Amino acid sequence: MQRFAQTFGVLLAVAVLAGSASAKDTPEFKSESFELPTGDRMFTGAGADPVNNNCLTCHSAGMVLVQPKLSKTTWEGIVKKMINVYKAPVPDSDVAAIVDYLSNGPASGK
Amino acid sequence: MEPFDFEKRVLTRRALLGSAALGGAALMSAPALADMVNLPFSGGGGERETTAAFPQKGKMILQRTRPPLLETPWETFDKGVFTPNDQFYVRWHWAGIPDSVDVNAFRLKVHGNVERELSLSLPELIKKFPPFELAAVNQCSGNSRGFFGPRVPGAEWGNGAMGNAKWRGFRLRDLLDLAGVKSGSIQVRFAGLEKPVIDGGPHFKKSLSIDHARDGEVMVAYAMNGEALPFLNGFPLRLIVPGWYATYWMKMLTDIEVLDKPDENFWTKKAYLIPDTPGANITPGQKDVKMIPINRMVPRSFFTNVATGGSIKASGPSDLRGIAFGGDCGVAKVETSIDGGASWQAAELGADEGKYGFRRWEAKISSPAAGSRLSVKVRCTNTNGLVQPDKPNWNPSGFMRNVIETVDLVAA
Repeated sequence: MQRFAQTFGVLLAVAVLAGSASAKDTPEFKSESFELPTGDRMFTGAGADPVNNNCLTCHSAGMVLVQPKLSKTTWEGIVKKMINVYKAPVPDSDVAAIVDYLSNGPASGK
Repeated sequence: MEPFDFEKRVLTRRALLGSAALGGAALMSAPALADMVNLPFSGGGGERETTAAFPQKGKMILQRTRPPLLETPWETFDKGVFTPNDQFYVRWHWAGIPDSVDVNAFRLKVHGNVERELSLSLPELIKKFPPFELAAVNQCSGNSRGFFGPRVPGAEWGNGAMGNAKWRGFRLRDLLDLAGVKSGSIQVRFAGLEKPVIDGGPHFKKSLSIDHARDGEVMVAYAMNGEALPFLNGFPLRLIVPGWYATYWMKMLTDIEVLDKPDENFWTKKAYLIPDTPGANITPGQKDVKMIPINRMVPRSFFTNVATGGSIKASGPSDLRGIAFGGDCGVAKVETSIDGGASWQAAELGADEGKYGFRRWEAKISSPAAGSRLSVKVRCTNTNGLVQPDKPNWNPSGFMRNVIETVDLVAA
């Protein structure tokens, strides 16, 4: 239980500090500018071009590359959602190639 | 003057292909092993980089760079019930995040079915309304999605897409009362500074029922753990919806619209839907399921000082500890089991910092024989009497996981 007590001792100290700080009611607001990382990873391997050309406008590659193995139907649904719901301007001629790449390529969770 | 500057982050095909040709090889080099974590998903695939490259953020698990999805490293939750601002998880829908917020030009607008439209500056908001403060867990609807079986698409989070903070601000009800909600109002819709990066893409907006919005607990926060909110957690104002999933907690809140008809916006009507079944649980492939918007959170509890594959002492008792939360109400009890759930022993609860927040728990287990393997479970029962299920739920979006957690340990 000693560690338990220590942890809550620390928490109590923090709470007291927060209490005194909040007497002035408001935190300090600063107009800071931030540059967010954009993500430089690309899709690689055969058939990657249409994926790089269309998908990276809205999002970086990382999350796609760690998707589990998904069926071709599921990938088709995801690509169609990007086009129909999120209005990704993907040419019709690229759709099949993108779905193929995602179902079989480095993003396929294999 | 536009108070918000949007950098043009939409890259041209040529720029992308150029960067691949010039720097592709160097950029693809694997990060050092020390910078990796392995989220223990069944079947693997949980390797992730960690990063400290995001503004006002320390070490985070990188799920996606743009728009950012940053997970809180698990060890953070062992340090206390309040999650530090610089390690609080981050989740954005669109990459159209402003590069800066001019705090002098910033206004929160209230409009729609109201007597008086409002447009209030930060100092005006702070001065007009009595301060209100509460602790509450903010948890992504898809927290723990990577543990779903069968696996589902989406952000493959471990358990760290959640955090607990002390939020300070004012009640949404006070703001709505100043605007004067007209009769016939049924919903309140919230929008922030986040913008689609594609023309015609649906602006991220979420709605609550008028009664929920006016319940005296839903609040607008300008402080998080005693400081201004980190930029990526919604600076300068964030909607706080205690007990509800984070999708409703609009970041960089700037626009509140009182509606006299149901919100038809994509994000409210068609996104973040769950099966209308207990625990949002269905069988994979199940058809004709009624879907409803995700809403109240359910109880969860976790180990924070041991993990599967770890060891406990074979000589003398071992301390186990962790965190729990009730979901949409407080924690009634936390229990542990060392016999696969046949019998349960009450854990000791730490200080109650507020019913919507994390609660620390601690338990002792007696010494098992050296070399023996021990499967330890923890479960939370909330003050509404809801207990964590012993079987995991499943739905195609990977929402609302709250199965009883188990760790497998070896006595050494």
